[in-house]
Amino acid sequence: MNFLIVSLIKAGVVAFVLMTTLAYLQWIERKVIAHIQLRVGPYRVGPHGLLQPLADVIKLITKEGFIPSHVNLFFYMLAPFLAVTLSLISISVIPFGPEIEVAGVKTWLQLTDLNIGVLFVLGISSVGVYGVALAGWASNNKYSLLGGLRSSAQMISYELPLALTVAAPLLMLNTLSFREIVNGQAGYLGGWLARWTIFQLPFPQIFLGFPLFLICSFAETNRVPFDLPEAENELVAGFHTEYSSMKFASFFMAEYANMVTVTCVATLLFLGGWTPPFPAPYSNVIPIVLFAIGGLAALYAGINPARPKDRFTLPVAGLVFLGLAAAFAASHLVPALETVLMALFWFCGKVLALLFLFIWIRGTLPRFRYDQLMRFAWTFMFPMAMLNLLVTSIMVALFPKP
Amino acid sequence: MWSAIIFLVFAFVAVVAAINLVVQTHPISSALSLIGVMGSLAVLYLLLGAEFIAAAQLVVYAGAIMVLFVFVIMLLNAGAENAKPIGSRAKYFGLPLLIAFLGIMSFVVQAVIPGGNNVVFGEYHAGPRDVGKALFTDYLLPFEVVSVLILIAIIGAIVLARKEID
Repeated sequence: MNFLIVSLIKAGVVAFVLMTTLAYLQWIERKVIAHIQLRVGPYRVGPHGLLQPLADVIKLITKEGFIPSHVNLFFYMLAPFLAVTLSLISISVIPFGPEIEVAGVKTWLQLTDLNIGVLFVLGISSVGVYGVALAGWASNNKYSLLGGLRSSAQMISYELPLALTVAAPLLMLNTLSFREIVNGQAGYLGGWLARWTIFQLPFPQIFLGFPLFLICSFAETNRVPFDLPEAENELVAGFHTEYSSMKFASFFMAEYANMVTVTCVATLLFLGGWTPPFPAPYSNVIPIVLFAIGGLAALYAGINPARPKDRFTLPVAGLVFLGLAAAFAASHLVPALETVLMALFWFCGKVLALLFLFIWIRGTLPRFRYDQLMRFAWTFMFPMAMLNLLVTSIMVALFPKP
Repeated sequence: MWSAIIFLVFAFVAVVAAINLVVQTHPISSALSLIGVMGSLAVLYLLLGAEFIAAAQLVVYAGAIMVLFVFVIMLLNAGAENAKPIGSRAKYFGLPLLIAFLGIMSFVVQAVIPGGNNVVFGEYHAGPRDVGKALFTDYLLPFEVVSVLILIAIIGAIVLARKEID
């Protein structure tokens, strides 16, 4: 009974946080891209456009859901449902932090731990292509069909190097469960360098494994420079051309959920999950210092505001940041709370940094041509992934763990 | 108790999807029914404790192979097939013969396999470690032979598909 209640609470919290993240990720993306292109981005709804996601959600819900004629109605409706369901399932095996104890109940900051967690995520992501492919086919539109075809070919091609690069850290850590994967990366080399798989001996994955994984994950989530399924200058909007209202929003949500999942997996497999980059007494100071600097900078900017509204919004943001810094500092008095806060800080920090990288690249790189994309997958990514796996397995065999 | 309920649900889904696969006239519907069958099979493997087989079923069959099927169907833009009228022999003898066949099959299965509770949910512990160990020690030769066979198949496909260069 206890287990059921705890699981329900955890599922509710994770679902709420994930949905909020998805909505605000879109705001972050628009803001970051806008600043890369020297614009301000969303600014009108709420301070600095902070209520824009809410307005977007209301708009998308109340819009008319238009269904074109001659579509295959069953598959047309099934496709967005499949896309969003399959993209949300994977989050259930992602651990966000260590085991905690609240009011005598011990629980992990994770919905469920499978001992084949990595395989589960791979399986779900390989089935995830059906949403896009079916949407393209069922829409009865040539552009949509081309988008769906492109996306299925692209996802099959990049699934192979993705699986091969994932196998390399698994060889080093000797497990498939995400919990064990993070435990295997705890500790420090020589007392200061984190034993994350990108640094871990015998073969650090930072040379080949991690970059390859990132490139494959761009392709798997259909993001720039691999967003050919929705290349707007060739295919109108690709596979979701004929979708509107909440059905369109489902595809949007699926894309962002996939991004969050893939960055979480990258964090867990390569960046050590919630373990800090250097030993605890020193790394615990970092969030306090970061939040304090952010808060003070916002306060200073609020004293000399560039725009009249900033006289109010920036000091408020500064106070929030200072409050966070104070909360982290205060948690030092309660060791149990400090562990949880630090774990969440490092996990969210790494995931957000990777998400920022995704957005940054979208604002920087042009799109591949289709033949370039395929040649890149088969003649560069696949051999390099094989090489990485080969070298890693030879090194693991030569230098077994004591 | 829960395992039995989950088993019944997914066994039912698998059978319904398999029947749907034959009944549907459109190739895409049939392909998706096949994915339903494979997904339910993966759950059944999981119930038996064969975690790795379940994941492989999902990744390889439901993922890679069926995506290729769907891809080809979409690429060729295959339409719904025209239903042929059923011949009189099939109409009158089909159902009784099918029932007789199923009856004989179930009788043989009952006779060959001794009764009792043979299969227990979660009895087999075939995790990735066990599968790997078995493949690379006891079954190394069959494993390598199968990989050579697949290599031959790939090369054969390339040779057959390559255009003649004059």
